[in-house]
Amino acid sequence: MNRRDALRALGALGLTACDSGRPKSGVLGIMERWNRGAQRVLFGTSGELVGGELSPETMFPVYYASPHLPIAPPGWRLKIGGNVERPAELTLDQLMQLSRTDLRIEHHCVEGWSATADWHGVQLAEVARMVGARPGDYVEFRSFDDGYWSSWDRDSALHPQTLLAYGMNGHPLAPEHGAPVRLYGGLKLGYKQVKYLTEVNFVDHIDEATGGYWEAQGYEWYAGT
Amino acid sequence: MKRPQPLIIRLTHWINVPTLAVMAMSGLQILRAYPYFGPQGAMYDWVPLQGWDSPDYLRAGGWLAGARHLHFALAWLLVVNALVYLVYLIVSREYRRRLFWPPRDTAPAFRQALYYLRIRKTEPPKDLYNGLQRSAYTAAIALGILEVLSGLVMWKPVQLHRLGYLMGGYDGARVIHFLGLIALAGFVATHLIMVAIHWRQFPEMITGGKKEKAS
Repeated sequence: MNRRDALRALGALGLTACDSGRPKSGVLGIMERWNRGAQRVLFGTSGELVGGELSPETMFPVYYASPHLPIAPPGWRLKIGGNVERPAELTLDQLMQLSRTDLRIEHHCVEGWSATADWHGVQLAEVARMVGARPGDYVEFRSFDDGYWSSWDRDSALHPQTLLAYGMNGHPLAPEHGAPVRLYGGLKLGYKQVKYLTEVNFVDHIDEATGGYWEAQGYEWYAGT
Repeated sequence: MKRPQPLIIRLTHWINVPTLAVMAMSGLQILRAYPYFGPQGAMYDWVPLQGWDSPDYLRAGGWLAGARHLHFALAWLLVVNALVYLVYLIVSREYRRRLFWPPRDTAPAFRQALYYLRIRKTEPPKDLYNGLQRSAYTAAIALGILEVLSGLVMWKPVQLHRLGYLMGGYDGARVIHFLGLIALAGFVATHLIMVAIHWRQFPEMITGGKKEKAS
């Protein structure tokens, strides 16, 4: 192998190692895992964050994966399952009877914008206690929005600021923002806040490289704020 | 005996060149996903270049997720390199001939500016650097630190909200990060022009230059 070949091979290696089209592999994949560790360390320092000025609700961007606005199927219930002692299927009324938490949180989208709203709902930690969730590392969130889903590390999911939210800005959650119930917490980027929930599963294993709709396409899994 | 450009200074300088370039380019790719400033419904109209569709050749990473992975991977190299540089600067006492020290450098910096503007005929005396150079290099270091801190706030707006508060929150940090980039680009452009004019000194940045008696 002469010097030119060696340089070419090195260049090719560099490209595959840092291929931003496939950011989950090579050096970029290694660095994502490294960053995940750094974020977990930082997580331990997190305090509760109070949001500031409310954004006008009409200016709060509306995203969903389906081609049309997803509407809850008749007889909708939220399944709480996985590694739990008492699996449950909750109606909206049953959820609303649990103790309510109100939070004002600044939303951070991966695209770079921020918006602030009041959210009303039940702490996921409260629901976890109710169903007797056994220790496991992950929580998986499924929706009726065209297969949209995501997964969180357990510590972030059980943080007091992580809600199963049924209300926004003092009124019931609108279909645009994930009715009847969505996940909402201040500790993750927007694409982790799954709307149109159907299932919450406490699980032992999630492939962190592909654990969600956007995550499987290349976005970071941890995505902590 | 000390060279004008010691090894660590040269090494960190040349690691910075591709690192800063890719950081800037992946940053512009990230910005393109939402090239506006201020929270939804309360935009900061005074920030320049909003809605900028930056050209292809100024961007790296291909798409938002790719650019974010590049940015957050290289950021570590940038910070480690900067820490090596800063620690060396202090330990070796190189800071004394490189950093801007107002009582010593303010007047010479002005005189140097007047010389460049052809108002003053003779070049003010200098040792390794003139006052204006020191002010420029020191400003570049300060900008680099500001970029890292505002970047940390954007990365962790919740966990680092105390630092964020000093920068006007998440959206304030975005503005600082972007304006800081423009200022750094201005520094690099000026730096390249000065290198082109004083091209005879350029090899020193590679070889280190001739050893001189310790001052």
